[in-house]
Amino acid sequence: MIQFEQVSKTYRGGHQALQKISFEIKAGEMAFLTGHSGAGKSTLLKLISIMERPSTGKVLINGHDLSQINRRQIPYVRRDIGMIFQNHHLLKEQTVFDNVALPLIIEGYSLKETKKRVHAALDKVGLLDKQRYYPVMLSGGEQQRVGIARAVVNTPPILLADEPTGNLDPKLSLDIMRIFEEFNRVGTSVFIATHDLGLIARMKYRTLTLKQGRMLTSNLADDEGEV
Amino acid sequence: MSLLFKNRERSSGANQRKLSFIQKIRSFFISHLRQWLSSLGSIWRDPMPSILTIAVLGVSLTLPATLYVVVKNAESVEQNWQSAAEISLFLQDELNQQQLSTFIKQVELNHKVDKVRLISKDDALAEFEQESGFGDALNLLDSNPLPNVLVVAPLPEFSSASAAKDLLTELEQMREVDFGKLDIEWLRRLNALLSMVNTALSSLVILLCISVVLIVGNTIRLSIANRKEEIEVLKLVGATDSFIQRPFLYTGLWYGFFAGMLAWFSIEILLLFLASSIEKLTELYHSNFSLAGLSIGEMFILLGISMLLGWLGSFIVVRQQIKQIEPELG
Repeated sequence: MIQFEQVSKTYRGGHQALQKISFEIKAGEMAFLTGHSGAGKSTLLKLISIMERPSTGKVLINGHDLSQINRRQIPYVRRDIGMIFQNHHLLKEQTVFDNVALPLIIEGYSLKETKKRVHAALDKVGLLDKQRYYPVMLSGGEQQRVGIARAVVNTPPILLADEPTGNLDPKLSLDIMRIFEEFNRVGTSVFIATHDLGLIARMKYRTLTLKQGRMLTSNLADDEGEV
Repeated sequence: MSLLFKNRERSSGANQRKLSFIQKIRSFFISHLRQWLSSLGSIWRDPMPSILTIAVLGVSLTLPATLYVVVKNAESVEQNWQSAAEISLFLQDELNQQQLSTFIKQVELNHKVDKVRLISKDDALAEFEQESGFGDALNLLDSNPLPNVLVVAPLPEFSSASAAKDLLTELEQMREVDFGKLDIEWLRRLNALLSMVNTALSSLVILLCISVVLIVGNTIRLSIANRKEEIEVLKLVGATDSFIQRPFLYTGLWYGFFAGMLAWFSIEILLLFLASSIEKLTELYHSNFSLAGLSIGEMFILLGISMLLGWLGSFIVVRQQIKQIEPELG
């Protein structure tokens, strides 16, 4: 589903963020990406969502080489990738409902279909009763769940999350992870970047570890001790 | 539309991602309508910067529109003067009555002439006596020094400055005419003045239109900068640039609309102020001139132009600015 082939990324100014990264995440797989801050996690996610382009090597999604995607096509690629961010990236001036409906409005769904889908997504994250609230009226965990609802509302085949539990306590973090697991169970590929090793250890999924731009391991979490 | 997952639309059974052609057209219009209204809504929610911008635009538009009204009225006044052009032919002294009436017939038959009026030398003397107050002094003269004068009014289509001049030369060729006089110098000067004002006006209009475009452009640029975060989010969830641009283009259109309305109101109020003083003036001149404002058609043209300018100002900045904003993680 997501495939990296010998991908390197050097930023302007010579900072080498990623060096010869190769890995693959299969369709329907759930995996973690971990490493210290500055290890290249964000760069790796940016390459998938085409916020950055690799310096060398290839990134493929569903067999399509992303280097073939031109600037005008990027929005259509992003519609197939639900993205979740540490600081939520919600629109402050719009209600929870409008925030979650955003991807559907962009794609031109009818009002009826939009309502149906937004309700379903909010229901999944347990916030159906707060759809008229504004983001500032919600707690950090709730805002994160709104972000998740927005990411899944158009049922994308891929979910990317960048430090989704960054500001949350362990209990809330686990709740969020359970929600990701649910989506994974219905066939969505989920790829989560986090430095919360304790959380990863509690869940038995493959973990990719980055250190100074290189991929250390690509093992299942069962093989303890390497992280 | 899915680029990377061609079969996704069909495979995800209940999802019905693919929209039919009619649905697409409908959602296109609904989406435009939504953004059109939401751009109005965002002006409403944060009215201060918009009001200031609209006020500046309104003033910028009022100026050329007012000048246009002034020129329009001046031209209508000038037209009245144009038709007042008359040629005075001073006739040779030694013509007898017979020759005189033949000559008058002859001039009357000229296809460029509307009507003629003879001021005989005796009438002229009588009038001069009365008006000048030299009555007694004139009695001392042994003969009437005044010539017969034939006042010729050309047909309207020959009463413009140059055509009347041609007619004058033509009539002057006639044997019976001593010399002719057409007081058109002032008319020509007025014509030249008006055409100069017209030229100055057009360059002024162009300058002010450019300033409207620039003002709108700058305001939109600021509002894009203010909404950078929102634009980043929109880009992250897959909005195309044209989707993001649309509300800003509509905002420009709204600015133009409100500025045009403001300019129109200002002109109407200005005319209201002027109307009474002009009425007094025209009464003094025994003229039936009445001040003309903008007609309905001209008002719509004004609105159309201002909306076009607003849109243009927005269009110039929006593409570049939105292209520059790229989302950041974290």
